[in-house]
Amino acid sequence: MSLDLSLVPDGGLHWLSASGEHAGIVLSSRIRLARNVAGYAFPLRAREGERLRVLHQIREAASRVPSLRDSAFVRVDECAPQERLLLHERHLVSRELAGLDQGAATPNAGAVFVSGDSGLMVNEEDHLRLQVFRSGFDVAGALRDAERMDRELGSEVPYAWHQEFGFLTACPTNTGTGMRASVLIHLPGLVLTQEIGKVLQGLQHMGLTYRGLYGEGSDVLGNFFQISNQTTLGRGEDELADQLTRVVRRVIEREEEARRVLLRDAGYIIEDKLWRAYGTLSHARNLPADEAMNLLSGVRLAAGLNLVSGISTYTLNKLLIFSQTAHLSHAAGRILTEGEANLARAKYVRTVLATEAKLPG
Amino acid sequence: MVCDQCGERDAVVHLTQIVENAVTQVHLCERCAAERGIETTVAEPKHPLGDFLQAVQQQAAQMPGDAARCAYCGTSIREFRASGRLGCARCYGAFEQSLRELLRRVHGSTKHDGWRYETRDPEIVTRTETLRDLRDQLQRAVSDEAFESAATLRDQIRGLE
Repeated sequence: MSLDLSLVPDGGLHWLSASGEHAGIVLSSRIRLARNVAGYAFPLRAREGERLRVLHQIREAASRVPSLRDSAFVRVDECAPQERLLLHERHLVSRELAGLDQGAATPNAGAVFVSGDSGLMVNEEDHLRLQVFRSGFDVAGALRDAERMDRELGSEVPYAWHQEFGFLTACPTNTGTGMRASVLIHLPGLVLTQEIGKVLQGLQHMGLTYRGLYGEGSDVLGNFFQISNQTTLGRGEDELADQLTRVVRRVIEREEEARRVLLRDAGYIIEDKLWRAYGTLSHARNLPADEAMNLLSGVRLAAGLNLVSGISTYTLNKLLIFSQTAHLSHAAGRILTEGEANLARAKYVRTVLATEAKLPG
Repeated sequence: MVCDQCGERDAVVHLTQIVENAVTQVHLCERCAAERGIETTVAEPKHPLGDFLQAVQQQAAQMPGDAARCAYCGTSIREFRASGRLGCARCYGAFEQSLRELLRRVHGSTKHDGWRYETRDPEIVTRTETLRDLRDQLQRAVSDEAFESAATLRDQIRGLE
């Protein structure tokens, strides 16, 4: 494999560090800004030459943008399929830019800049998708960094802008701020107490929406949800981010309440279920991805309830990302079949738990 | 019955809660219930883009004043309806009437209220960049002693300046 992730600062995974607020429940906070370069058709309509010109212009500008100066640059369209999947598993590129949808081609001149907690996708649905991640619950912090990067980049590259409509994007659902503020949140308590339906429906009344672990169109796996703002026009970036923060804070409280209820009303059932999840993860020899995700969710809940101690949130985050197929292939140095990946996953999870978890007997 | 929370609107959601073995009844209006994240109907995950495309397609025929096609990128209103994607920034001008209606439906507003952008005229930007390229080429031509092409480049630069 040619993709050298050691060149990427922190492997683009600083947000796994579990350093932020409520890191046990909120894995990460993210701001994404959609921008287009004035004077070119949007990527889906642009000719290949135009897309290349945009990419060159951005590459040249990036060297003068402090937020991007030390970033690693990857031409996604020149990566092997396995490498593109790896970048996607790491949340560095979207499904679309990685060309993972069936029958979809990899976008020509598609690329990504990765720098610590931030990144810039080029030639996705919009010319530019700026991204900033923060570990734990820190939407405001991510917004500050995103604003800085946007200001720096916008002074080097002319953005497509409209006095009334704001920043212009290929899809009118992003027009205006072009901003999607989101948190990746783990809500097993609300799922187990069957409160989740009400909570999710409530989000829609508050101008928010939810998706699965990997964003638009992805399944809800392992009780992980991505909650984000639904609209982008008519309200400012700070207001949208504040609203998300306020509502997510309430969701966290309800999750904590649900966990207390579970412990109180069904203590031993829950404890047994979670220890069984731990037992399977630490002894299984063949571990399919979906099963691993659900069991890891159980162990994460057990750690959150203090039923097990000695497993750090960082270890739990790491297991989530590095137990995925492309990461296992990357570690093995060759492309694994699904069957081989299931064996490698079982071994990887077992080894990490054996070395990093210090559990009472 | 009025809502327990706001004391103003009619209560339409009646909840029985068991908190620490004590049964309590809560009566809420629709808005206060929504604020607490309580819903009366069963939650069904909605696909936001699905709703959006539906909104795009439901829209009536071409609005008066809209072009059938964007003169810059060639995207037609029909193509936009099918994909939900505009082809370029100028599509916003070409389909302004339809878009205004659509933006209002999707976002509840058509007026951006966030960060402002000091736009730079793309034509000026392009000229500045072309000039920079030409000056680079001129420097290379001079150091390569390619005086004929240097003279042509110098004329081009003067023309743009």
